[in-house]
Amino acid sequence: MPRTGAFTADGKPKVAVYKFSSCDGCQLAILNLEDQLLDLVGAIEVAYFVEARRRELPPPYAIGLVEGSVSTPEEEERIHKIRRDCDFLVTIGACATSGGIQALRNWADVEEFTRYVYAYPEYIKALDTATPIAAHVFVDFELRGCPVNRFQILELVAATLAGRKPAIPTYSLCIECKRRGVSCRLVSAGKPCLGPVTQAGCGALCPAYNRACYGCFGPMELPNVDSLGERFIGLGYSPAEITRMLRSFNGYVEPFKQASDRYAQRD
Amino acid sequence: MRNATNEPETRSIQVDYLARVEGEGALHLTLQDGRVTDARLRIFEPPRFYEAFLRGRDFREVPDITARICGICPVAHQMSSCHALEQAMGVTHQIEPSVRALRNLLYCGEWIESHALHIFLLHLPDFLGYESAITMAADHAETVKRALRIKKLGNTIVSTLAGREVHPINACVGGFYRAPTPQELMALVPEIEFCLEEMCDLTLFLAATLEYPKLDQDYEFVALSPDDEYPINLGPIASSKGFRVQQQDYLNAVEEQHVPHSTALHSMIKGRGPYHIGPLARLNLNADKLHQRAADLVASVSDAVGHGLPWRNSFLSLPARALETVHALALSLEIIKAYRPPARAAVPIRPRAGVGAAATEAPRGINWHRYETDSRGLITAARIMSPTAQNQAQIEADLRKLAPQIVSLDDEKLTLACEHLIRNYDPCISCSTHFLRVHIERIAAPLDGA
Repeated sequence: MPRTGAFTADGKPKVAVYKFSSCDGCQLAILNLEDQLLDLVGAIEVAYFVEARRRELPPPYAIGLVEGSVSTPEEEERIHKIRRDCDFLVTIGACATSGGIQALRNWADVEEFTRYVYAYPEYIKALDTATPIAAHVFVDFELRGCPVNRFQILELVAATLAGRKPAIPTYSLCIECKRRGVSCRLVSAGKPCLGPVTQAGCGALCPAYNRACYGCFGPMELPNVDSLGERFIGLGYSPAEITRMLRSFNGYVEPFKQASDRYAQRD
Repeated sequence: MRNATNEPETRSIQVDYLARVEGEGALHLTLQDGRVTDARLRIFEPPRFYEAFLRGRDFREVPDITARICGICPVAHQMSSCHALEQAMGVTHQIEPSVRALRNLLYCGEWIESHALHIFLLHLPDFLGYESAITMAADHAETVKRALRIKKLGNTIVSTLAGREVHPINACVGGFYRAPTPQELMALVPEIEFCLEEMCDLTLFLAATLEYPKLDQDYEFVALSPDDEYPINLGPIASSKGFRVQQQDYLNAVEEQHVPHSTALHSMIKGRGPYHIGPLARLNLNADKLHQRAADLVASVSDAVGHGLPWRNSFLSLPARALETVHALALSLEIIKAYRPPARAAVPIRPRAGVGAAATEAPRGINWHRYETDSRGLITAARIMSPTAQNQAQIEADLRKLAPQIVSLDDEKLTLACEHLIRNYDPCISCSTHFLRVHIERIAAPLDGA
């Protein structure tokens, strides 16, 4: 139930944008809505968005958009306050939704990682894992992608303003590929395309540029990862290569995670 | 400069979250008796361990992974990765000129987008006294709309050539997955022509109407400096104080120094001190190589800001960025009009054990990558020096230099003045993964900022 304070006196929803461990690319997607930006900031109240403005309005907020994964002790605490501050909490992008590329550390020795990158590892305060926001608090909605599709952010805000469910597809990339009339990377080109198990949303970008999908929108609803993996084996790819394909920007979300663990064991 | 009671004045200024910068950073400043005794640009961007997890990845995966270091300059990381790994694979000289031209075009798109974002949406509010472009747009709607159109064009160049503007998908080690058709690129021409005229006009407008705070700093400027073109993708690395090294030898000239009681690795010129990279450094070292359209503006801009090149004032990074935006627009037009598709979009590569290092000019300055691979082409070692990391020591030196002229301001105005100065560098803190939890303890730092 939205709280009164989450709206301005003239009825605009107060929106907050937060950053956790990330590259800033999903927040930037908001600023990349050049044609809609001035209308957008007119329809909502940008109450907290450090990358874009100095002024902050106090919580509660009607919508909270969270970029990034939880990878430090501070972030682990901060997300709980944010959950309390926001009526409707949305993760934007692969880091917030599945842990992001930095979740590769979850399969590694973080102490060794720290020694490799930093001269004074004793000063680095990092958790052993980078995890999605939903591993810590309840998330109301998630937008996929590395980066998120900016028009999905617009749709999400528009739908919320109109009080309806955002129209975000959960089918596989293959549908977008067929719609765009791109020849199949897997069947016709014999490339290891993750499209059949990846959620639509990018517009079939990689296949349109002659390359196989690398899964940056993460798993679609109910994908058959093993079946696709066996097809890749048939094409001559090794279990180690398949493990790497699954462990990229959405590697730490199910069912990519479990499937990658199985291929890692076969290596 | 002193308060009325003539007591020595000690003040602490603390900004917990620096606004309108990419990534998360904080500023801590201690002023004592009109001097800055402590200037700390704290960067608390969480560690993401890119160099560590790149090990064991196939070299072909690297450009897609390093793009994710930064959502604002993914092209910069992709290009540095590609160049370094082509060197490691021994194919550098097989890259066709038209592929190199496309890489410059892709990079121009990123410069245009990033510069327009920074000049108009992040930095201009400082000059005009607004807390953000959102508030500024209420009084300056026309300027914001013109800026957004130019910014959008930069994004369109990147997405036309490489699929999308954040983490584009078309660049690979060896070239591109698919070379664009001349028609795809020619479709951009009318908008580029329009935006070029707009940006020339806006550059003169910014130079003439804004008041640039005074600062005279004896910078050591460092930038790529190819013989025959304004630096983007290639060339030796040169300094305004005399060194010139090949890209792979960059670490002979600079080092990452440990500051006492700190985890910060401050980049320093060996034996000298901080250095300044980015638009101002590029312009000061390479003004003679600007595209004619940008070169034509230099005299008027210099007159308007009251100083000819070289500019030794980081506040003038704004007009420098504007001139570079003009350059990038004009160069984009030239590349598109001369474009002939390459015979092959990417050179085939047989993996081998190798070492490669390369620097390119990210919007914020030199972005240096180095990799080692084994015989299967898997990464065995990686090192990345991003621009903001290298500028950090210089930013702090600038804060110390600026202090005497702002110390009499009240806390709020003083904080704004410091933030303004930090934003001169367009700090991209997401990139600066080596600089977290900076905690510098500096007592009575010398005022000359050396």
